[in-house]
Amino acid sequence: MGFPMFVPFSPWKWLLLLVALECSEASSDLNESTNSTAQHETNVRFAAASSEPDEKISVFALDYDYVQIPYEVTLWILLASLAKIGFHLYHRLPGLMPESCLLIIVGALVGAIIFGTDHKSPPVMDSSIYFLYLLPPIVLEGGYFMPTRPFFENIGSILWWAGLGALINAFGIGLSLYLICQIKAFGLSDVNLLQNLLFGSLISAVDPVAVLAVFEEARVNEPLYMMIFGEALLNDGISVVLYNILIAFTKMHKFEDIEPVDILAGCARFVIVGVGGVFFGVIFGFISAFITRFTQNISAIEPLIVFMFSYLSYLAAETLYLSGILAITACAVTMKKYVEENVSQTSYTTIKYFMKMLSSVSETLIFIFMGVSTIGKNHEWNWAFICFTLVFCQIWRAISVFALFYVSNQFRTFPFSIKDQCIIFYSGVRGAGSFSLAFLLPLSLFPRKKMFVTATLVVIYFTVFIQGITIGPLVRYLDVKKTNKKESINEELHIRLMDHLKAGIEDVCGQWSHYQVRDKFKKFDHRYLRKVLIRKNQPKSSIVSLYKKLEMKQAIEMVETGILSTTAFSIPHQAQRIHRIKRLSPEDVESMRDILTRNMYQVRQRTLSYNKYNLKPQTSEKQAKEILIRRQNTLRESMRKGHSLPWGKPAGTKNIRYLSFPYGRPEPAGRDPWVAELPDNDSSDSELPSIMFKAHSRTGILQERRLTQEIIPMKSLPRGGQPSHFSYQRNTSQEEHDGRGRREVLRPKPLFHVVDEEFESEEESEEEASASRSRWSGDHRPNRQHHRAHSPLLQRK
Amino acid sequence: MVLEGWPEVQGIPGWNFHQRHHRVHKDVDQAGRGLCPVDRLRCPNYTWDLGSRYSQLSQASLLRLYHRFRALDRNKKGYLSRVDLQQIGALAVNPLGERIIDSFFPDGNLRLDFPGFVRVLAHFRPVDDEDPGMRDPKEPEPLNSRMNKLRFAFQLYDLDRDGKISRHEMLQVLRLMVGVQVTEEQLESIADRTVQEADEDGDGAVSFLEFTKSLEKMDVEQKMSIRILK
Repeated sequence: MGFPMFVPFSPWKWLLLLVALECSEASSDLNESTNSTAQHETNVRFAAASSEPDEKISVFALDYDYVQIPYEVTLWILLASLAKIGFHLYHRLPGLMPESCLLIIVGALVGAIIFGTDHKSPPVMDSSIYFLYLLPPIVLEGGYFMPTRPFFENIGSILWWAGLGALINAFGIGLSLYLICQIKAFGLSDVNLLQNLLFGSLISAVDPVAVLAVFEEARVNEPLYMMIFGEALLNDGISVVLYNILIAFTKMHKFEDIEPVDILAGCARFVIVGVGGVFFGVIFGFISAFITRFTQNISAIEPLIVFMFSYLSYLAAETLYLSGILAITACAVTMKKYVEENVSQTSYTTIKYFMKMLSSVSETLIFIFMGVSTIGKNHEWNWAFICFTLVFCQIWRAISVFALFYVSNQFRTFPFSIKDQCIIFYSGVRGAGSFSLAFLLPLSLFPRKKMFVTATLVVIYFTVFIQGITIGPLVRYLDVKKTNKKESINEELHIRLMDHLKAGIEDVCGQWSHYQVRDKFKKFDHRYLRKVLIRKNQPKSSIVSLYKKLEMKQAIEMVETGILSTTAFSIPHQAQRIHRIKRLSPEDVESMRDILTRNMYQVRQRTLSYNKYNLKPQTSEKQAKEILIRRQNTLRESMRKGHSLPWGKPAGTKNIRYLSFPYGRPEPAGRDPWVAELPDNDSSDSELPSIMFKAHSRTGILQERRLTQEIIPMKSLPRGGQPSHFSYQRNTSQEEHDGRGRREVLRPKPLFHVVDEEFESEEESEEEASASRSRWSGDHRPNRQHHRAHSPLLQRK
Repeated sequence: MVLEGWPEVQGIPGWNFHQRHHRVHKDVDQAGRGLCPVDRLRCPNYTWDLGSRYSQLSQASLLRLYHRFRALDRNKKGYLSRVDLQQIGALAVNPLGERIIDSFFPDGNLRLDFPGFVRVLAHFRPVDDEDPGMRDPKEPEPLNSRMNKLRFAFQLYDLDRDGKISRHEMLQVLRLMVGVQVTEEQLESIADRTVQEADEDGDGAVSFLEFTKSLEKMDVEQKMSIRILK
């Protein structure tokens, strides 16, 4: 298929895919009509070949029915993925609308085609498929990517809001709709109270994940972010529990009357189902964490353990009629902490990506299915019911937000402002969950199911499209009134400094208001849980364990590369500076500010950037790595000089700036896998053998890498996977060719292969001769002075 | 050099009393009786009130900070050392981490006691809405005033405490805060430019007055306030 070629022209691509889909539909139709007589033969075709010798073997046969469902599902997912690519190609579009809008539109288009060509929509969704296969990945992903610490710091407010909010909404909407149904003029008198309550429970399942992306961009405060995240996480579970209980009541109501005892039992059931689900989840979480303790030799199955145990917790809870959703959420939250420490880096990445992928597929399917079922004859449009549903959804959300937050604000150290509450109110976007629940209503119990589905769809469309698109501007308007005035460099710098300062002080004060509780848990965790659940040979130091995943060693080496070069030329620069013209053009000032804004470190965020549909590269991790390494480097530097860091001595002042860049190109243009430079200048450091290793030849690289890795395992440097900001060698060398290189001139370029005392004299001649040959050399004699002294000789030009 | 406007904490009798008291209770604590040293019964109200009035933090906040202080104090020594603060993970990756820690240990102290801890944090208390004119002019300026907030930020730059940010000091801060992508040369010219821009009297350095001027349009009160420190 030639899809990738058409990717830049997304309308074309869509058309093409639709055509492809259409063809498959048509062929299925064709298949059905032509083969209808020979249907049974097709079904037994394997048997037919052997048992009935008189049947001819056809050269070309079409058996679409055999593959129909997976085939169409695959095409759908493919279609949605391609639509997403198109969606993100135009970079401003994702800022304008949430991605769910796009999925719904694609679904509606497919639906229109299916409807236009008179096909029946394929049976993708029924109750068991939804609850057993589509829902768990979505919930699991939410639980796994939840920022644990901020969540537990706000857990009281989150439980209060997400739990009670869902209940108030469900009953509020249900009861007020019931009142509306009593009015004869609307023709709704056959809808009884239970059905209304059920509808209320399903329509109150909000899915504000789309809003999170907006929040992140607008930098809303952390508690607000966590409230929305917590709601997204827990709301589904609560709505589904309520939904199931009400379905049970409705069934009962068909046959006998409901007595007050039953209602009490229902309430008790609600509690048991919720608490039991969480309990199951925690147990399974611990078990899976415990098992990953022993997987160090067979790390390929680590992701499998994680997924299977999560799913098992879901199924086990469902077997006992407990809430599987809450179980799988609790399982993910529990095991995450321990599993992440146990599993290997690659498994960790696999788990993350696989989880994103599964949930993304599930949600895509639901949204597309929603689009498909939007268009069709299965609707009943009742103006009164739909309008009132829409109105009540908003009213009850407002009531629950303002009432519940009024109460919880009394207990909070710092309350939610009215602005925050308005944003929470406005973020009540309904999503796939509501639709699925409405669609799965049993027709036998709900004669007016069509009307419910229509009303649900209207609410979803309204909230996703109108609220989803306008919430970004609203948040920006309410939160920060940005001045368009250009800031001076001073302001730019000072403001960022203050941001870092504030973040640092916040970390010093800590944000958790119940230290005793947390300390107790920490003690318990350290004394018992970690000992049981986490592999033994873990690094002890807290910083090391925190950044274990950051591949420190590799990067430290790269930073050390820089020291040599910078110390070599910092002095000439000092002198040069005086000669520089003091006047700067406005463009220069502009570009300076640009450099500053782009390259100053971002203030740390504890809520890692979360996107339902994608895993972004975490810039914060890279940054953290860089800062850590630079600091460690400073420490070493001062150790080597024989004095400890005195008070007032600025940390990180040691010059380790080494990678160079012209003004016009502040971003690294690309990585260069074949030029690596990594001398270890720090010979006094006992743990690393001092080895200098330079490569600049493309041909020798393979052999050389092998050699290096064999002999100097400490230095094994995956050249392909370097962080991009460490690899600009190509840039600088290009620059040199252009004759624009300024400071690079003095830098020891990767132009010599070996620095070895014995061969030093041959260095100059050998350098030219052996362009295609690479050598390495172990310099076991610690002699830093030597390197430094010779480095100016070793450069070309 | 002690910056003006900072009252001497040690001079407040209640604090000293509190400290003595604290030590006593720490021992009690270690004996396993689990008494909170700020237990109202043992620690008279006025001590706590004085602390609260001095730092203007609410008593609840003080108590919270006290728990935090205890939590940071790893081996229950009764004071914090640099290492205690360095162990805060998030601070380790803060580009200004070391300098922030420095600001907790003024004048070369090696120990940080609780009043000192509070004194630093009190700079970050949000500014009250009430009219500042209502304040008694004889009282020292509260630590969270705009001036004191600015001064706190200023001393992060001003390492040698000469009341001026020299070009060199500016460059050091820039080195800390800017990623490795930017060349040394670029940084130097940025530092030059920054000093130039703010320098009004032409002495090649930024004085505190010039510093405040360059930030006069900024909402420093909001930038340097932490909501939980009421």
